[in-house]
Amino acid sequence: MVDRSMRGAAAIVGVADAVSPTGELDGTVRALEVQVIREALDDAGLTIADVDGLFTCTTPGWAASLELAEYLGIAPRWTDSTQTGGSSFEIHVQHAAAAISLGLCDVAVVVYAATPRSSFKKGAGGYTSRQSLPGPTPSAEWEQPYAMRMPMGAYALAASRHMHQFGTTAEQLAQIAVDTRTWATMNPRARLQDPITIDDVLASPVQASPLHKLDCCLVTDGAGAVVLTSTERARTLRKPPALVLGTGTCHTHAMISEMPDLTTTGAAVSGPLAFAQAGLTPADIDVAQIYDSFTITVLLLLEDLGFCAKGEGGAYVADGVLAPGGALPANTSGGGLAYTHPGMFGIFLLVEAVRQLRGECGPRQVAGAEVALAHGSGGVLSAMSTTILGTEATA
Amino acid sequence: MSEPLVIPAPDDAPDRQQPPISPAAEPFWDATRSCSLVIQWCRSCERAIHFPREACPSCLGTDLEFRPAAGTGTVYALSEMPSPGNAGMKGRAPYVVALVDLPEGVRMLSSIVSADGPVGAADVAIGDPVRVAWEPLPDGRHLPVFVRA
Repeated sequence: MVDRSMRGAAAIVGVADAVSPTGELDGTVRALEVQVIREALDDAGLTIADVDGLFTCTTPGWAASLELAEYLGIAPRWTDSTQTGGSSFEIHVQHAAAAISLGLCDVAVVVYAATPRSSFKKGAGGYTSRQSLPGPTPSAEWEQPYAMRMPMGAYALAASRHMHQFGTTAEQLAQIAVDTRTWATMNPRARLQDPITIDDVLASPVQASPLHKLDCCLVTDGAGAVVLTSTERARTLRKPPALVLGTGTCHTHAMISEMPDLTTTGAAVSGPLAFAQAGLTPADIDVAQIYDSFTITVLLLLEDLGFCAKGEGGAYVADGVLAPGGALPANTSGGGLAYTHPGMFGIFLLVEAVRQLRGECGPRQVAGAEVALAHGSGGVLSAMSTTILGTEATA
Repeated sequence: MSEPLVIPAPDDAPDRQQPPISPAAEPFWDATRSCSLVIQWCRSCERAIHFPREACPSCLGTDLEFRPAAGTGTVYALSEMPSPGNAGMKGRAPYVVALVDLPEGVRMLSSIVSADGPVGAADVAIGDPVRVAWEPLPDGRHLPVFVRA
């Protein structure tokens, strides 16, 4: 039984992101968070005084939403620090849409910023800390002694299994990187804008077999924010709303050694949930933003979301279906492979999906995009969350 | 059962990153001191559990025990690391990390090694049968690794 009462009840009304072709941004993480919140609110025609729901998952301290709300000087009545890695923000949108549809908050802000690239260069470590309980982690006890390169090693294991089981080839995986880069050539804000070939991918250094460097996402600074409110209120605001038509979430493990089947992710659950709530099928998606931490991630997710059958992802992507002009334009910003990737890319999937629905994407605009899918993947293929967005025409 | 196969790290290698010992896993690590592979079982569900926990991830029951494992397995997935994933394997790359399915019904992350020297991805394939071997750790424990059977 699918509850469709949430369908279209809430909408994304403001988006902003901060990225640079250099991969580096000036300013602290807090300053970047404030910047993108301000810009996303302004995009919507709202102010910080309107915000009564706050969603954030990273902090140098111990309680992400408390510390950011204090910094912003707000007292939210809905608070959410759900941390699932790169899919956190799709989950935040799901939670925000639920809260808004129940009247538990009115204006929700979802925000993320990280500066691993510039922090690393300054010798201040890479990613921000993640607060944890005392005691050894299962990863330290059962995985780290084997010195798998992380996170690429975990995804490499999945790629090796998919190749073994279904005959998927390195060339097919490389095609995903090639098509994503083609999109990036049309985005002047992308970190990598030069076109590449399959041979370029295969000639790039192996990071963890069978994955090459160009199968792997970037490490950059970056920040993004989205603002949600009720669709009713959205219709009074500055920009056309992107209605939240369907959402679904499923996480299956934290460590790759606990993943039940390395060829099937929780997207096989989250995708059908989101499509059922939206009353749509994969054939209805005009433009897809599918988390490309690694090329294998996209391949697995295309299968699990139902764009092709399990095991057929290699053949599905081989003829450029994801490229400009393809049947499923995907990762149109240039993705985590070429646009930006500050550690958790999920917020940027949402920002690009909304911009496509609004027709704001210039040379890389997908003509007539009415329904967009943003799918976040967090951890090591661990936490999956699917968001389906639509224009007012889909209401 | 044959004699345990002990494969020390190369003489000049640094120590592997030492696995901490979680309370639930003390019997597992104690057994490695004598090169014995034991796996936790839930007596209620009659199923094997790995990694060891303080409750069964099927029934949340606490009627748990450790039993000797066959010491065999099958490679489920593998990846060759062209450079070390952490300082514990400095100087030992390339090496192979693999997920190994045990006949008891559990899966472990481990290394595929050989008494004859380094192992690369060309030397082992998914589906290959493997058996457990042991790399000494500085505190007297041994780290379970696998060799081709």
